[in-house]
Amino acid sequence: MKKVRDFFASRTGIIVVGLVLGGLAVTLQRLGNPPNMGVCVACFTRDIAGALGLHRVAAVQYLRPEIPAFCLGAFVAALAFREFRPRTGSAPVVRFVLGMFAMLGALIFLGCPWRALLRLAGGDWNAILGIAGLAVGVGVGVQFLKAGFNLGRSYPTRMLAGLTMPLVMAVLLGLAIYYPNAAPKPAAAAGQATAPAPTPAALFLSKEGPGSKHAPVLYSIGAGLVIGFLAQRTRFCTVGGIRDVILMRDFHLLSGVVAFAAAAFGMNLLWGQFHAGFANQPIAHTTHWLNFAGMALAGLAFTLAGGCPGRQVFLSGEGDGDAAVFVLGMLAGAAVAHNFLTVGNSVNAAYAVVIGLVVVAVIGMLGREKLSVAR
Amino acid sequence: MAVNVDARGLSCPQPVILTRKALQEAGGGEVVVLIDSMTQVYNCTRAAEKLGWQATYEEQIEAFALTLRK
Repeated sequence: MKKVRDFFASRTGIIVVGLVLGGLAVTLQRLGNPPNMGVCVACFTRDIAGALGLHRVAAVQYLRPEIPAFCLGAFVAALAFREFRPRTGSAPVVRFVLGMFAMLGALIFLGCPWRALLRLAGGDWNAILGIAGLAVGVGVGVQFLKAGFNLGRSYPTRMLAGLTMPLVMAVLLGLAIYYPNAAPKPAAAAGQATAPAPTPAALFLSKEGPGSKHAPVLYSIGAGLVIGFLAQRTRFCTVGGIRDVILMRDFHLLSGVVAFAAAAFGMNLLWGQFHAGFANQPIAHTTHWLNFAGMALAGLAFTLAGGCPGRQVFLSGEGDGDAAVFVLGMLAGAAVAHNFLTVGNSVNAAYAVVIGLVVVAVIGMLGREKLSVAR
Repeated sequence: MAVNVDARGLSCPQPVILTRKALQEAGGGEVVVLIDSMTQVYNCTRAAEKLGWQATYEEQIEAFALTLRK
């Protein structure tokens, strides 16, 4: 067990896992997930928000099984390696707000850091602006960290609190299996001009657009569980990768991130999924400054919260109640993004980015509290 | 056992920041860091080794004591 544990903690371990994660993401695209989206945590959380009716944009509603599977895969890994620790109390409501604005920023760019890499690996050069923005956002976040920003300590809590998020995710997974497809629209009966409205299902499910594109549900679940398990073991984290390089020239996490992008690039080439350029990229826009600024906002918020969205989902599976609240904040952020029309409308998006940057910067400044070394 | 840094309950990257600071201030000798997850054991060990320190850890109740020597 110790050997396995040390392998995952090693440089080789994180590179191998990065390769597997990137490969699985692109494989899911080939099996039906939207192009250059693979396993985008922001997009998929947005689709889940849509499936639950928290926003009503018909094109992006699907209960993506990957997200709950990530959480449950990490949960299994944490149990197997005796790392499941129910804990909470590190400013959960602040993390909720950070999750919300991180999501807003990510959706303005149209992707989480993982998708930024997958877009790059698919030849979408708009991702370069997003990744540059992300790096700047993380860089600013590191300055806040150096100035003493922290969200305080978490404390061990009851088993119930640690199990809540995995249980919620298990219910979502159950719903995803039970309602895999949108209900077909009933045909118009004889003598009726228009078909009656379809019977409402428990979930809102896209019939067209990105939300309607998905791999078969069992493949999504399988890949999600594997990714969750491996990422929990290696602490794979894109934001952490950039942060550690800026903070202390540590390339450990970043080597996994680079491996992720490299595997995705290689498999895209292999399957003819690589199309280079700025224009006509799938689920993307070419407003460069918004791609940059949206991701800068996301990068700053993720850094203050301690990790990229994927990592937050994995932590919630390990019993981290604060990460769970961050994930719920992302779900709320998806609803805000679409209900306030901040995605796809550059004027509203500009307001959202500016407000987001101000709010997150204020959090960064007010959180600069000197931590006593002994508690 | 003298504890120089209590980083229990802190999330990434606080334990590493505090450990690095303590090591840079001490310059040498022995520094003990309390942390509460294997993630932080690996992270702090990596950060310490980069600064030329050697690390050993010991599992305690709901914590790990990481002893760093140089």
